Amino acid sequence: MTAYTATVTVRLKRGVLDPEAETTKQALERLGFELEDLRSADRFEVDLDADDDDDAEARATEMAERLLANPTIHDYDVEVTEA
Amino acid sequence: MTVVVIRFGGSNCDRDALRALEHLGIDAEIVWHADGLPDDPSGIVIPGGFSYGDYLRAGAMAARTPILEEVKAAAEAGTPVLGVCNGAQIGSESGLTPGAFTTNRSARFQCEPVRLRIENADTPWTAAYEVGDVVEIPIAHGEGRFEIDAERLDALEADDRVLFRYCDADGNVTDAANPNGSKNNIAGVLGTHDHVAVLMPHPERASLPDISGTDGQGVLRAFESA
Repeated sequence: MTAYTATVTVRLKRGVLDPEAETTKQALERLGFELEDLRSADRFEVDLDADDDDDAEARATEMAERLLANPTIHDYDVEVTEA
Repeated sequence: MTVVVIRFGGSNCDRDALRALEHLGIDAEIVWHADGLPDDPSGIVIPGGFSYGDYLRAGAMAARTPILEEVKAAAEAGTPVLGVCNGAQIGSESGLTPGAFTTNRSARFQCEPVRLRIENADTPWTAAYEVGDVVEIPIAHGEGRFEIDAERLDALEADDRVLFRYCDADGNVTDAANPNGSKNNIAGVLGTHDHVAVLMPHPERASLPDISGTDGQGVLRAFESA
């Protein structure tokens, strides 16, 4: 078994309104920053022991499918690195 | 025969639901989620509140507790299930009902009376109303914006599974009358079965004549026939 960190990034699908990101963008603009757009995402760093990269990625993907993301509104990606 | 109101840590409309049901003469009891469902409940209410502190997403944690598997099995066996507010979020997160309820367009918590138009009166939840009736029921939520992809939205509407839409006093479904940016002003929907429904507004808060209007009673009367 090898120690891995699986990083799961969950973001709203393109086209789904993100009021918190919009509010954050407006706050940055009030501070004088110039920006075209802003998107936010949730990032989960999962430490786990796995047989290999594929095993670690498969398990983190199942975590995303079953809890971390809501497929109705979210896309997600999984990156695995040895801890 | 007793209607079960499921209490999670953070539920806060469980007692309101109990009192509203009892006011209508419907036998009901509160059950702690970890104790599981009693045998043969006549109906199930998943009440409003902030279960698990709305961590991750509102309803996400409660939707994955063991009692939800029991609720799904009961729903499949014909038991009426109603999710209100956080209960609606739990319902959609668990797959009992379609779509998702997410952050309001305003990015704020909103607690206010809203008007709803009855879209389908041929269900247990709306049998007390006529199609096109306008009822006033309060909302109290930060994550009530109904989201669903275009294909599923079309199917939902084609199947007549939308129960309530936010509307103005005359029953017009307008953007101005949409409190949270919900797709097509949708406030409540049916699940796969007509006896499974969720809505963001609180019918139990519009059921006791001493403290409010009573427009919400009709939704809860679904449990009379159960």
